[in-house]
Amino acid sequence: MAKIAYRDAVRDAMAEEMTRDSRVFLIGEEVAQYNGAYKCSKGLLDKFGPDRIIDSPISEAGFAGLCIGAAMYGLRPIAEFMTFSFSFVAFDQIVNNAAQIRYMSGGQIKIPMVFRGNSGGGHQIGATHSHAPENIYATFPGLKVVVPAFAADAKGLLKSAIRDDNPVLVIENEALYGRESEVPEGEYLTPIGKANILQDGVDLTIVTHGRSCWTVLEANQELLKMGIRAEIIDLRSIKPLDWPTVFASVRKTHRLVCVDETKPFCGVSSQVAAEVSRACFDHLDAPVLRVTSVEAPMPFSSALEDECIPNVARIIEAVKEVVA
Amino acid sequence: MATKKKPLPTGAGVLASTHPLPDYGAAPAQSREERIEWYRLMYLTRKFEERSYQSYQTGLIGGFCHLYNGQEAVAAGTFAAVTDADPVITAYRDHAHGLMRGIQPGPAFAELYGRATGVVKGKGGSMHYFNVEKQMWGGHGIVGGQTALGLGLAFATKYLGEKKVCFCYMGDGAVNQGTFHESLNLAQLMQIPVIYVIENNMYSMGTAVERHSAPVELYKRALGYDMLGVRAEAQDFDIVRQVSWTLAERARKENMPAILELMTYRYRGHSMSDPQLYRSKDEVEEYRKHDPIEILREKILAEGIINEKDLDSLEEKVRKEVVAAHDWALASPFPAQSEIYTDIYA
Ligand SMILES: Cc1ncc(C[n+]2csc(CCOP(=O)(O)OP(=O)(O)O)c2C)c(N)n1
Ligand SMILES: [Mg+2]
Repeated sequence: MAKIAYRDAVRDAMAEEMTRDSRVFLIGEEVAQYNGAYKCSKGLLDKFGPDRIIDSPISEAGFAGLCIGAAMYGLRPIAEFMTFSFSFVAFDQIVNNAAQIRYMSGGQIKIPMVFRGNSGGGHQIGATHSHAPENIYATFPGLKVVVPAFAADAKGLLKSAIRDDNPVLVIENEALYGRESEVPEGEYLTPIGKANILQDGVDLTIVTHGRSCWTVLEANQELLKMGIRAEIIDLRSIKPLDWPTVFASVRKTHRLVCVDETKPFCGVSSQVAAEVSRACFDHLDAPVLRVTSVEAPMPFSSALEDECIPNVARIIEAVKEVVA
Repeated sequence: MATKKKPLPTGAGVLASTHPLPDYGAAPAQSREERIEWYRLMYLTRKFEERSYQSYQTGLIGGFCHLYNGQEAVAAGTFAAVTDADPVITAYRDHAHGLMRGIQPGPAFAELYGRATGVVKGKGGSMHYFNVEKQMWGGHGIVGGQTALGLGLAFATKYLGEKKVCFCYMGDGAVNQGTFHESLNLAQLMQIPVIYVIENNMYSMGTAVERHSAPVELYKRALGYDMLGVRAEAQDFDIVRQVSWTLAERARKENMPAILELMTYRYRGHSMSDPQLYRSKDEVEEYRKHDPIEILREKILAEGIINEKDLDSLEEKVRKEVVAAHDWALASPFPAQSEIYTDIYA
């Protein structure tokens, strides 16, 4: 298998699906002539032309709504937010229109489209630009939410999302765009709603997703040295969430640490902890612990920011506590 | 990628307006000290930005850093038309607005370096300078978001019967946000004394104005709201000050909002990692020939309010001040971890 950068996997997914289906188009700020603010659409303007790779003015509500309307009419749009932090300008379009119109129309309408863009903190871009919003969007029935951590899934999940008949949010991560990992040769799809076990283990289960997968794998080097073998699950898909895989693992290891970049209050980890405590109550040998972003807006200073998202030290501390 | 040739300043001042400009006469004459002080602030801003550029290159600054080089006469000329009691608010390209509203270069650098002594304790960074004491209300990172806040600041001054005017700054790219249009209608409907200063530096990141806005004359956006819209050149401090004065007087006396589109140019990239393939080096060079600081420098020398020698030593002093401020900032401590949890609720 070849190793490619996450951003190239995103581009390849879009290019393959646009070649396959003429109804697919991409719109967003700086996606065409600039090749994407984060270069995820590099070369696509040359390949597909300006009718299908479209530069938008800074009008998130406008172009998000445009995509929803076009999807209602049968096209399969991809809306790129320069970051998901800016999706909040289009919040109403996403949560009231994309999420609800199918239901409200009694099933007459479908909205086969993708909202994608990066997310997350760690780049010193401050409180308004560092949101990890997957938990927020996952609260709206009608939306699907996936968060790829590796190049293979960045491609496979995006391709599935483009082919899905529902609005799917593909929440990428700026820190991961340059990271290389293996991608299968040829045509493949990563199914939405299926978690991936990154490492088999017996001592505890670590449920994570997105950028935190990389942080957990880094912490895992330490854990292995300490003789702790964790089963590491990359959720990949937040909505729908692969509960059977999570429950089966916890029933095997009896211990759970959840690690993710959303906020601690009503975050993804809160949801996992709640469901596990019900479904696996008799199997748990320790309280479920969560390592999340902290209960504060994202500070600018590098001296503070590193403490605000899950890091290796906090993960190891939590693991030690549940296996003690 | 070729873009349309950009209009260069002609010295014409006001270029166009949606309605005849009201006549409030000439802005009050400035004292010798005031004029030199505005020159000093523009020069300080330029030197601050040049140092910031270097600091970014050497890794002292993380995240975004949007420099103001080339646009100095916009902040200076508009600010000089009002007083420090009149609220101002801007977007993320905010170093000038901060420095010209009382933020000292030391805390300004310290903020860029994420230090506890920064203007906002290292919590906001480059995009979030605030100095409420001098009515500088930020520093805002979400494009267009501040346009409604400026409306609110102006609303509050009117509500309190203060007879003030709020200058709300925004980039040309920000005219395409819905919030701005809602704000325009509210401002005109409710007669709120806010002036929307569009700093038209010809580009929204890599997108030239003619590729992002249906009407390329952005002041015309006012027409849809029956509002006064004015377009003026903005490399000359005095031109900016005069037109700003007229609109500020009108806002104060008649509670009338306006759009003031100021034609300017940014010399540097959008933020720091911008290869600038969307424009030619020649275009940048052409504009550099109309440098706002050079223009004011020549004027005050010609006016004889300061001689070359004194001006040189004033500049020398500023350069030293910038170096000292940078050194002071670098020697400042990082914030304590406990600061993560302060300032969240009042
Ligand atoms: C809602 C939102 N969308 C996108 C961005 C990313 N962004 C930051 S600045 C910018 C360009 C703005 O250009 P302009 O308004 O002309 O201001 P300038 O940078 O030229 O001062 C973009 C797209 C953002 N910060 N907020
Ligand atoms: Mg601009």
